[in-house]
Amino acid sequence: MATNVAALAVTSRFAPRGLRARDFVGWLWASPWILGFLLWTLGPMLWSLYLAFTQYNIIRTPLFVGFDNFTRAIQGADRLFWPSLGRTFAWAFVMVPLSLAGSLLTALLLNQGLRGTALLRTIFFIPSLTPAVALAVLWRWIYQPDFGGLNHLLRSAGVTSPPGWLTDQSLSMPSLMVMTLWGAVGGGTMLIFLAGLQGVPQELYEAAEIDGAGRTARFRHVTLPLLTPTIFFNLVIGIIAALRTFTTAFVATGGGPNYSTWFYILHLYQTAFQNLELGYASALAWIFFVLVVGLTTMNLRLSRRWVYYESEAAS
Amino acid sequence: MTTFADSSPPATAVMRPSRRTVRTLALYALAIPLAIMFATPFAFSLGSSLKSVSEIHAFPPTFLPAVPQWTNYVAVFSLRGVPFERFYMNSAVITGSALVGTVITAAISAYGFARFRWPGRDFMFMVLLSTLVLPEEVVLIPKFLMFNNVPKALIGKTLIDTYWPLILPSWFGGGAFNVFLLRQFFMQVPREFDEAAVIDGASSWQIFWMIMLPLSRPALATVAIFSFLGHWNDFIHPLIYLNTSDKFPLSLGLRYFQQQPTDAMEPREHLLMAASLLMVAPAIAIYLAAQRYFVRGIVMSGIKG
Repeated sequence: MATNVAALAVTSRFAPRGLRARDFVGWLWASPWILGFLLWTLGPMLWSLYLAFTQYNIIRTPLFVGFDNFTRAIQGADRLFWPSLGRTFAWAFVMVPLSLAGSLLTALLLNQGLRGTALLRTIFFIPSLTPAVALAVLWRWIYQPDFGGLNHLLRSAGVTSPPGWLTDQSLSMPSLMVMTLWGAVGGGTMLIFLAGLQGVPQELYEAAEIDGAGRTARFRHVTLPLLTPTIFFNLVIGIIAALRTFTTAFVATGGGPNYSTWFYILHLYQTAFQNLELGYASALAWIFFVLVVGLTTMNLRLSRRWVYYESEAAS
Repeated sequence: MTTFADSSPPATAVMRPSRRTVRTLALYALAIPLAIMFATPFAFSLGSSLKSVSEIHAFPPTFLPAVPQWTNYVAVFSLRGVPFERFYMNSAVITGSALVGTVITAAISAYGFARFRWPGRDFMFMVLLSTLVLPEEVVLIPKFLMFNNVPKALIGKTLIDTYWPLILPSWFGGGAFNVFLLRQFFMQVPREFDEAAVIDGASSWQIFWMIMLPLSRPALATVAIFSFLGHWNDFIHPLIYLNTSDKFPLSLGLRYFQQQPTDAMEPREHLLMAASLLMVAPAIAIYLAAQRYFVRGIVMSGIKG
C-alpha cells in the first residue's frame, strides 16, 4: 500500500500503540468529509437539540425552558403545528403513490423499444430540470385566472367562469400537486425505474413465455418482484422529498390562501427566520427529524416483507 | 424481421404482425398525449415570453404571439429596479465556487474511503450513507447561527449576507452523495494500477492525481453536473442567508422580480417568463450536452447495495 514517507515521519511520533502511520493517511484523505460531517451536520444537530429546550431570539442568550417548546407544539398552543404537520403527511400520502406510479408508467413506456424513445425521454425529463422557483413562477402564470393558459383552455372548452386555481382555498392543494407532479414524474425516479427495468434478465421473460405466461402475468410475476428493490429505494427517497416540500409552495402560494398550503417546513421557516423564535423552531426541527428517521426505519423494517433481493450482491 | 425474434407458437404467427401493430399503436396513443401534457406548460411559457406588452394581457388570451418578440430576452437584462444580469452573475459566482469545492474535496474524501484501511472506516461509511436520508432542515437554524454568532465572536462581524455560508460548506466533502458516488467509482479502478505505481515509487498523492483522477473523468463530470444543478437551483439557503437584493442569485432574484408591484398599464409577465426560461436554459443545455453522464449518475444513486 502507498505510504507517504513524510506523513510517516510526522505521524509516527504521535501514533498511539497499535495504530500505524498509514491508518492516518486514510483518515487524512477522508478528513474533508469527516470534518464537514462534524462541522456542518453533527455539531449543528447537537446545537439544535440544545436550542430546542430553550427560548432564544438571537439578541438575548438562550433561556432554558425544559420541555416547554415541545408541549407548546403538541398541546396545541401553536395553532398551526398540527394542521401543518397533518397537511404535510397527507400531501406525502397522496403524492408519493401518484408520482411513483407515474414514474413507473413512463419508465415502462420508455422501455418498449418504441421509435422516438430518446425524444420522449427528453420531453418527460426536461420539466424535472426546472428549478423549483422557476417552476412555481411558470405555473402561477399558467394558473393565472384571467390571462393564464389553463383558464383560457377551459373557456374555449365552454366553461364560463373557471376558478382561481391558487387563490381558491379548496383548489390550492390539488393545483400544487399537479405542478409538482409535472416536475417530478419524469425525473430521476423515472430514470432509476428505467435502469431497474433494463436490469431484469431477458432469460426470465423468455422462460416465463415458454411457460405460457401472458404480458400481464410476466409483469406481475417477473418484472414486479425484480423491481421491488428499485421501488423501495424510490419510495424512501420520495417520502422524504415530499415531506420536505417548501420552495414550490413558498413561491407559488406563500402558504395561503388562508393557510391551506402551509406546509411543515414553511411553518419552521416562518417560526425561525420571520418570528425569530429560534428555540421553538429548533424543537419543530427535531420533531420533524425524529418523524422522518422513524418513518425511514419503519420502511426499512417493513421492506423485509416485500422487497425481493435476487442475490445479496455487495456493492 | 423482429417478428421472428418472439418465440411464440407457430399457429399464431399469421396473426402476429397485426396484433403487434395494434399494440404499438396503443402505446403511441398513450405516449403522445403524455408527451403533450409534459410539453404544453413549457410551450405556453415560451409563447408568453415572446409576446408583446399589448398581447400579454389581451382578452381573450392567445396561445402564441402574432410576431415573436425575441428582444424580450434582451430586455430582461435592462429592467428598472430588477438587476437581472447581476442575479445571473451572482448565481454563476456562487455555483462555480461551490462546484469547484465539491469536486475537489469529494474526490479527496472518496479516495480515502476507497483505497485505505483505517480504524473506523466502515463505521464512518455507514454514517455517510445514513446522512443521505437526513433532512437538512434540522441543521438550518444552527448553521445560520454558525455564520452569524461564531464569526461575530471571532472576527467581530457576521457572515450573514455574504456568500460564505453558501460556498464554504461545499469545500468539506461536497455532500455525502458525491463522496459515495466517487467512492463507488474509485473502487472499480483495478488495484494493480496503484501497486505498479507504488513499485515505481509513487506517493498516494501522485497515485490520486495521476491515476485516479484521469481515470474517473466520467464520475467527476457527473458530480460536477449534480453540484451545478443543486447550487443553481438552491432557494432555501440564499433565502436564509442573503438580505441585499444586489447579492441575490437567480432563484431569489426571480422571486424578487415576481413580487415587484405590477403596473396595470405595463404588464411584465412576458419578461418574467423570459427570465424563468433563462434560468432553466443552462440546466437544459448541460443535460443535452452530457446526457450519458447524467443518466449514469442518477442510475448509480439507485443501485446502492
